[in-house]
Amino acid sequence: MTRHDDGIDLGRRHAMQTGGLAIAFLWLGGVGTARAMIDARRQPGDAAAALADGNPPFAPNAFIRIDAHGAIRLVMPSVEMGQGVYTGASMLLAEELGVGLDQINVEHAPPSDELYGMPLLGGQITGGSTSTRGSWQVLREAGAVARTMLVTAAAAQWHVDPAACTVERGVIHHAASGRSVAFGAVAVAAGKLPMPDKVQLTDPKDFKLLGKPMRRVDSPDKVKGATQFGIDVRLTGMKIATVMACPTLAGKLASVDDKAARAVPGVVTVLRLDNAVAVVGDHFWAAKQGLQALNITWDHGPNATLTTQQLRDALAESARHGQSIVAVDTGSRPAQGTTVHSEYRSPMLAHATMEPMNATVSVTADKCEVWTGTQVPMRALQAAAKITGLAEDKVVLHNQYLGGGFGRRLETDWVEQAVALAKQVSYPLKVVWTREEDIRHDRVRPMYHDVVSAVLDANGMPAWFGYRTSGSSVLARFAPPAMGKDGMDSDAVECVAQMPYDIPAKKVEWIRHDMPIGLVTGWWRGVGPTHNLFVVESFVDEMAHRAGKDPLEYRRALLQKNPRTLAVLNLAAEKIGWGKTLPSRVGRGIALGEPFGSRICAMVEAEVTPQGEVHLRRVVAALDCGMIVNSSSIEAQIQGGLLFGLSAAMFNAITIKDGGIEQGNFNDYRSLRINEAPSVEFYRVVNAEPPGGLGEVGTAIAAPALANAIFAATGVRLYELPVDRRLLVQSPDALKSVVSASRPERRDAT
Amino acid sequence: MLTLSVNGQSHPVDVPDDMPLLWVLRDVIGLTGTKFGCGIAQCGACTVHLDGEAVRSCVLPVGAIGQRAITTIEAVGNTPSGQKIQQAWLDVDVVQCGYCQSGQIMSAAALLQRVPNPSDADIDAAMSGNICRCATYVRIRAAIKQAATGKQELLQTLVSEPKGAAP
Repeated sequence: MTRHDDGIDLGRRHAMQTGGLAIAFLWLGGVGTARAMIDARRQPGDAAAALADGNPPFAPNAFIRIDAHGAIRLVMPSVEMGQGVYTGASMLLAEELGVGLDQINVEHAPPSDELYGMPLLGGQITGGSTSTRGSWQVLREAGAVARTMLVTAAAAQWHVDPAACTVERGVIHHAASGRSVAFGAVAVAAGKLPMPDKVQLTDPKDFKLLGKPMRRVDSPDKVKGATQFGIDVRLTGMKIATVMACPTLAGKLASVDDKAARAVPGVVTVLRLDNAVAVVGDHFWAAKQGLQALNITWDHGPNATLTTQQLRDALAESARHGQSIVAVDTGSRPAQGTTVHSEYRSPMLAHATMEPMNATVSVTADKCEVWTGTQVPMRALQAAAKITGLAEDKVVLHNQYLGGGFGRRLETDWVEQAVALAKQVSYPLKVVWTREEDIRHDRVRPMYHDVVSAVLDANGMPAWFGYRTSGSSVLARFAPPAMGKDGMDSDAVECVAQMPYDIPAKKVEWIRHDMPIGLVTGWWRGVGPTHNLFVVESFVDEMAHRAGKDPLEYRRALLQKNPRTLAVLNLAAEKIGWGKTLPSRVGRGIALGEPFGSRICAMVEAEVTPQGEVHLRRVVAALDCGMIVNSSSIEAQIQGGLLFGLSAAMFNAITIKDGGIEQGNFNDYRSLRINEAPSVEFYRVVNAEPPGGLGEVGTAIAAPALANAIFAATGVRLYELPVDRRLLVQSPDALKSVVSASRPERRDAT
Repeated sequence: MLTLSVNGQSHPVDVPDDMPLLWVLRDVIGLTGTKFGCGIAQCGACTVHLDGEAVRSCVLPVGAIGQRAITTIEAVGNTPSGQKIQQAWLDVDVVQCGYCQSGQIMSAAALLQRVPNPSDADIDAAMSGNICRCATYVRIRAAIKQAATGKQELLQTLVSEPKGAAP
């Protein structure tokens, strides 16, 4: 806890708990890119104030606005995509400001790297599970700055010592004289005061909000259907378009016969881009009917015959024999000992946010306005400026609530496309992708191939661990300056370059393997850790098995120098009742890791039917994420994150045929449903360490816990995701019996 | 010209008979609480009530509706089961991104109307057509039970300090 009894100096640099991806982005500051650093004192400039604020009398920094009537608006530096950050950020501000969450309204931040840039990522980016880690101190200080100024204004009016005043629920009290004044009544006076150099932060023992389970500030509107997502934007005179880009990745539009489409009632026009066709209608249905009536000829381009198998083979070749960049090498491989050697494969994945990609755009000769839900408001604005040729100050971006992000909305491809279409017409245009377009033109999680080895000592413990991972680099495209000087992608080896375990020597290598042009890979919830933890934690189980040891005891032995992570392992083991005898073909799997500055252990209990169907019976998770902001959100993020990861591990792979993505909707890209979802029991270790990340932590640890449970249930090791049920059939005879679609009685396990 | 009864109001709409109700609600009438997720009745984000029964509006042609009463998320709070479900959703704090939750609430309200005290199997059957990519399923189940029984479900973080944990 960074509390100083004599007040906190606002000019100092904050200590921050970083994870690998965040560390990578810190390079941005070291290579000449302007490094954003949100500041508890920095005020909005005139333009931003005019745009978003209506010139409130009291706007002491970029986050807090109080008007003369006492209305309090909090401007959110990170975007809300479900992770609960609007509630967490509000709690941090409100705690120090001295108001309740029922007294505030939240607002989306306008685009500004300067005012709302995430310090850990070098720009206005919500991702990498950084929001709380990167801004918790700044937001507390910003609240304290505002409270200090309001109290100073009241004390000056009363001619009393500010230190003798207290604040409660937006009212300043002076006990000795019995006087009270609401924030609104001193807002004008406070707005004229200079910024304090030092502020006093609330002692954690006096917290009214922080650490408590608080209900989300965005729930009331969301349960009424009143929340406006990007897809809900409606403008006067607006038309609605839907679009089809060439299904062959990197393909182009050759020609299109649109006669039949134009004859569809409600179709307004047909628009062309070099790689896509859009139909504009009075409503989405007309546009979609029109799209289906088009007769399109594509130029399939260089990927016309591309298949998943070609990609897999080439990637395997790179992993086995390619020239690597060494991330870690702490000692040579022993000549003696038992060798364990495996290769793992991870598939491409789609994000499939519930809200398909969409943007609403109005372009005039000297202005462009964009309404969309984005994780990168400033990048989206810059993309619109680039496409229109307008200066950035002629582009206005109105961010919206995001119907899921998962990394997909770190991109700007759909914004660029929507702007390119809207600039061809004279009215505001809403471009909505069909679900099929959303999956076929996703920027998919990369596929990976890993070659893993270990040499075990006489006790069966690893004396040396070797890891060669190969895949495309998202970081190299997304933030080239964040790449290492040697060409290293820190995301590629995150959670394996630094492991929780005490292993005497290890070598970790990355072999960059770019995908063909047009197959663009992107950030997917949990990023590098989701992939690496699947491999590492599966392999730890393999080593334990080879050593003839219990996977829990094996991990305990490797964690003797890591008490924080050992604690989450022990907590999960205690809560699930590790070691209990289980029915036939029921198994429990362990996985643990330290992704995004937190420590997590997940244990999955799964049953595998004789026919190879996997039923998730129970999940127990134990977490150490340091200081708690909203304990309710933490539980929700771990539960949801784990199930998101299990969903992908159970069902999902994006595959390529004839150069295009084969999947297109939830019928062939399954998502876990409630009848398939186990209970997730959540526990945490309590401490006051700086906060760790949350949004991706559960996802990152899910797949290996499942794979290890399946091994425990069946003896079959899964070297590839998603789960291949054909490998899990008990015997050929099992398939002759009726395969029941119903799952076993569900609540008897716990 | 069709006349639809939506949330107790008559809406004359000039649209083709085969146009799905979803797009009439969203793009013609302007009720955007009902969401588009898949267009093929696979995700349930578009769920509305037709005479109190949950249906997927993305595949329901408006010409097939006739006189039946349409209820959307904007008005389901006026029904006893809808009111209970929405309150339980708030008490349990189910939502994350929230995009699927209109559909989840409509399916849950229809279930509670039909089965006042649903079992886990009832919940599975009624709710398995509604995908939540944030995977809020644990809380959805808890909220439906709480709405049914009025008894508080176990919701909050179970704080525990393990023996021998590091500080």
